[in-house]
Amino acid sequence: MNDKTQKIVIIGNGIAGITCARNIRKRDENSEILVISGETEFFFSRTALMYIYMGHMKYEHTKPYEDWFWEKNNIKLKQAWVERLDYGNKTLHLDSGNKIIYDTLILATGSVPNKFNWSGQDLKGVQGLYSKQDLDTMEMNTAGINRAVVVGGGLIGIEMAEMLASRKIPVTFLVREKNFWDNVLPIDEARLINKHILEHHIDLRLGTELKEIEGDESGLVKSVVTDKGETISCQFVGLTVGVSPNIKFLQDSALETKRGVLVDRFFKTNIENVYAIGDCAEFHEPPASDRKNIEQVWYTGRMHGETLAYNLTAENPVAYQPGMWFNSAKFFDIEYQTYGLVPNEDKEGISSFYWESETGKNCLRLVFEEKSQRLLGANSLGWRLRHEFFEKAIEKEWTLEKVLKNLHKADFSTEFFEKFYKKVFKKYENETGKKIALEKQSFFHRLIGSRA
Amino acid sequence: MKINQIIGLIIFILGLFSFSVIPFLGTYQLEKEMVEAKVKEEHQEDMLRILEPMYGEEYMSNFAFVSDFNGYFDEYNEALKANEDWDNVIWDDYAFDLTKAATQGAVADNPNLYLAISVGLAVLGGLIYILPMYRNEPDGIKNDGIYFSSMKSRGLLGIITGTWLILFYIILYWFPEYLTNLVVLMDPLSILLSGNPASQWFLYGFIYTLAILVMGIRMFRKYKGNAYQTIRTASVMFFQLSFAFLIPEILVLLNKPWHDFKNIWPLDYSFFYDYRMEGMLSSGALGMFMLIWGIILIIIGVPLFTYFYGKRWYCSWVCGCGGLAETLGDPYRQLSDKSLKAWQVERYMIHGVLVFAVLMTAVTIVNYFMEFGLLGQATDQLHSVYGFAIGSAFAGVVGTGFYPFMGNRVWCRFGCPLAAYLGLVQRFKSRFRITTNGGQCISCGNCSTYCEMGIDVRWYAQRGQNIVRSSCVGCGVCSAVCPRGVLKLENGEEEGRINDNPILIGNKSITVKS
Ligand SMILES: Cc1cc2nc3c(=O)[nH]c(=O)nc-3n(C[C@H](O)[C@H](O)[C@H](O)COP(=O)(O)OP(=O)(O)OC[C@H]3O[C@@H](n4cnc5c(N)ncnc54)[C@H](O)[C@@H]3O)c2cc1C
Ligand code: SF4
Ligand code: SF4
Repeated sequence: MNDKTQKIVIIGNGIAGITCARNIRKRDENSEILVISGETEFFFSRTALMYIYMGHMKYEHTKPYEDWFWEKNNIKLKQAWVERLDYGNKTLHLDSGNKIIYDTLILATGSVPNKFNWSGQDLKGVQGLYSKQDLDTMEMNTAGINRAVVVGGGLIGIEMAEMLASRKIPVTFLVREKNFWDNVLPIDEARLINKHILEHHIDLRLGTELKEIEGDESGLVKSVVTDKGETISCQFVGLTVGVSPNIKFLQDSALETKRGVLVDRFFKTNIENVYAIGDCAEFHEPPASDRKNIEQVWYTGRMHGETLAYNLTAENPVAYQPGMWFNSAKFFDIEYQTYGLVPNEDKEGISSFYWESETGKNCLRLVFEEKSQRLLGANSLGWRLRHEFFEKAIEKEWTLEKVLKNLHKADFSTEFFEKFYKKVFKKYENETGKKIALEKQSFFHRLIGSRA
Repeated sequence: MKINQIIGLIIFILGLFSFSVIPFLGTYQLEKEMVEAKVKEEHQEDMLRILEPMYGEEYMSNFAFVSDFNGYFDEYNEALKANEDWDNVIWDDYAFDLTKAATQGAVADNPNLYLAISVGLAVLGGLIYILPMYRNEPDGIKNDGIYFSSMKSRGLLGIITGTWLILFYIILYWFPEYLTNLVVLMDPLSILLSGNPASQWFLYGFIYTLAILVMGIRMFRKYKGNAYQTIRTASVMFFQLSFAFLIPEILVLLNKPWHDFKNIWPLDYSFFYDYRMEGMLSSGALGMFMLIWGIILIIIGVPLFTYFYGKRWYCSWVCGCGGLAETLGDPYRQLSDKSLKAWQVERYMIHGVLVFAVLMTAVTIVNYFMEFGLLGQATDQLHSVYGFAIGSAFAGVVGTGFYPFMGNRVWCRFGCPLAAYLGLVQRFKSRFRITTNGGQCISCGNCSTYCEMGIDVRWYAQRGQNIVRSSCVGCGVCSAVCPRGVLKLENGEEEGRINDNPILIGNKSITVKS
């Protein structure tokens, strides 16, 4: 496919689009690659937006590559908004009125925050958080305020609560679920996080939904009303109730879309030479039994980009096939990691072993199939685990006991941190009557930090 | 900020203010006896005559005193130089000793009182400010607002602090005669420890140690809950207080040469200098031990420990420069330059200094054994160039004075020849690496931002590559600040340590080599 030079145009300089561009360039020196994006001139890490607001970093620090990188790798960048596509003439129409012709088009336009037609959702001081512009708006909207309300108990919601708290702005956090993020987290983990949120003096309202947002005469938000009839006065409302594919400008055209741009396992859309990857793509069929049609995380965007780049430059394209599910997050001070399958509710034939430290800041859940005892997944809070270990243990169908026996190899926590294994084994023994012992390491091995 | 912290800050600033003002207090009056006591036999006659006009005259400031002193002294020397009468020129610098002897007034009369209202208040205020930090807050990363802080992000406060430090170093190294009042404050303690009155180096060592201790306590607060940071900080505090400050003074009390047992050549660049060798060789068994221990550290200690633990065993656990950087310098760690360009400059500079130090030492040693004229002069020249450019200007003025401008490891990163040596071992023969955790990196950049050595940690982490870099001092902060648990400092098997073509796990469609 890469004997002739072609012009590849990518819309969106997020992780998906940029990974794709970089990987095409690695395998194909000649094609022209142009990345068009409206949000920022250079690729930055969206996941780091919160740290800019919190003063941990400046915008500059969130750029994973230095500015000279793109020219050196002959990847052209253009900051502009694409307004309309003409697939017949393979032409993009930009907001400036300029046109761009492509041979291959890759859509990597990411997401937009959800809004659910609440009354008052367009008042000044009400916003979501997705883009750099949203962050700038938030900076202005939160200057000098004395209460903020965050609506939606998901990953971005808790980040927003943390951001505001870092500026000493009192936060009321409305969470529809009974416990924080319990549509994903099992109840023990969710409760552990509830406690931690309270410890940070967040006014956490579980099982509470937003009914409407009220404004004053000047169009500024002044309060929210909850489904319990309570009115909470505030000068800022963060709406963080999930995201949806950013495809508004693509709808009503020949391109097939549903919630996102519909693609097959090769990221092909219904139109020849047009592909979609990252948050904006929607698979006809989920790529694996434990996955959704739309994958909206950082590393899936990266994997989509890698795979499409390969397919555009290789003789034999391969279908996208993600491995074991994994993800991570941080809830204020508590890190979260998850590997494989960890259902939030009881499931037939599946059991789990759960351990929590006495401080309530660390836990481990190992999910296994009851019959075979083989490991299906793991969750941890406040305990860093080794990705490689769980990929192997799950793929090789290790039993729960084998996993426990090798727990020290799964440990990825910092040197001199408390080793939790003994406590985990004790709990396991209490529950099952079975004793687990680690192989003893010699003093010398411990001294030199040998892993074997 | 809590009210008591504000009070602490005010007390600290008062202390710092007194410290800055004290040098300019008091009067100065030179007497004949002082010249007799302080000046070497061979210069006495001349000096007594040169300075005669000053005897008994009361100077109201050190500026006036030093200016007169220099006037008379230079007049004498210049005349000799003009006649090329080199043999009679006085090359020794008596300005500091004589000014100190001539120092009079309230400060000299009540050194303890003035010590208390300067250094004492600064320490007290510092502690009042530091101890309540993060109290009642859960353990975790405390980086909120760093980039809004004028002090920590090259704002006005940072610039003032940096300027103050730079000035202090310049005066300390090259114009100590203006600091005699401060040195006088230290006399009681110095006499207690070593039996001798204080020099400007004692003053420096004392403040340096206090800075590490007080700011070390700040580290305990800031990184509370992080065992690695806590233990590492306790270690640098211990080594500074005992090995760098107390033990050398006690050695002097016992009539042995001043010696810091943890300072290793080529950081300790004068280790093989004539006077140091003579000092050690003439100090019996202990002196012999100093020499042998020093050499063992260089040829066995460094490679062996670095093989097992990486250079961190020294740079962020033991070293005094590292100790100051990791405590006093911690608020500035994010200011290091992460660009590829900076890395290139760094490699030229640090290895350049290493080569310079090795060559200079080689010449020194050859000269020590052969002792012939020309080489002797070359050695002296080399020593003074190195001492000026590297030992004082780079390690001191730039090394510490630039904390608020270029981060806390400017010296360690661009200039320290020992760091270069340790780094070579770490890069090519060591079990140390920072392991990255599979595909979990989200490229957020916290690790790179907070790496004091300016390593672009994210570059490696996001492609699943272990970080094996000669400059990494193993401070562990990248690992601490990573919000996704991606980085782990490890000493492990050598196999698989360097993975230049890593595979990011997670994608089963293809294996992507980054
Ligand atoms: C605050 C926040 C925190 C997050 N934290 C995590 C996390 O910790 N872990 C995790 O896995 N995921 C996280 N995510 C999700 C993750 O960031 C996204 O899944 C990922 O960035 C999506 O990448 P993408 O390349 O598909 O799209 P994007 O990064 O959204 O990039 C798309 C780009 O295309 C541009 N664009 C769109 N339309 C047009 C147009 N018409 N013309 C020109 N340009 C256009 C957009 O402006 C945007 O810059 C977070 C998201 C947010 C908002
Ligand atoms: S790479 Fe990490 S451990 Fe090494 S110096 Fe930088 S921050 Fe410290
Ligand atoms: S701090 Fe962690 S997640 Fe962020 S870029 Fe560094 S390694 Fe990746």
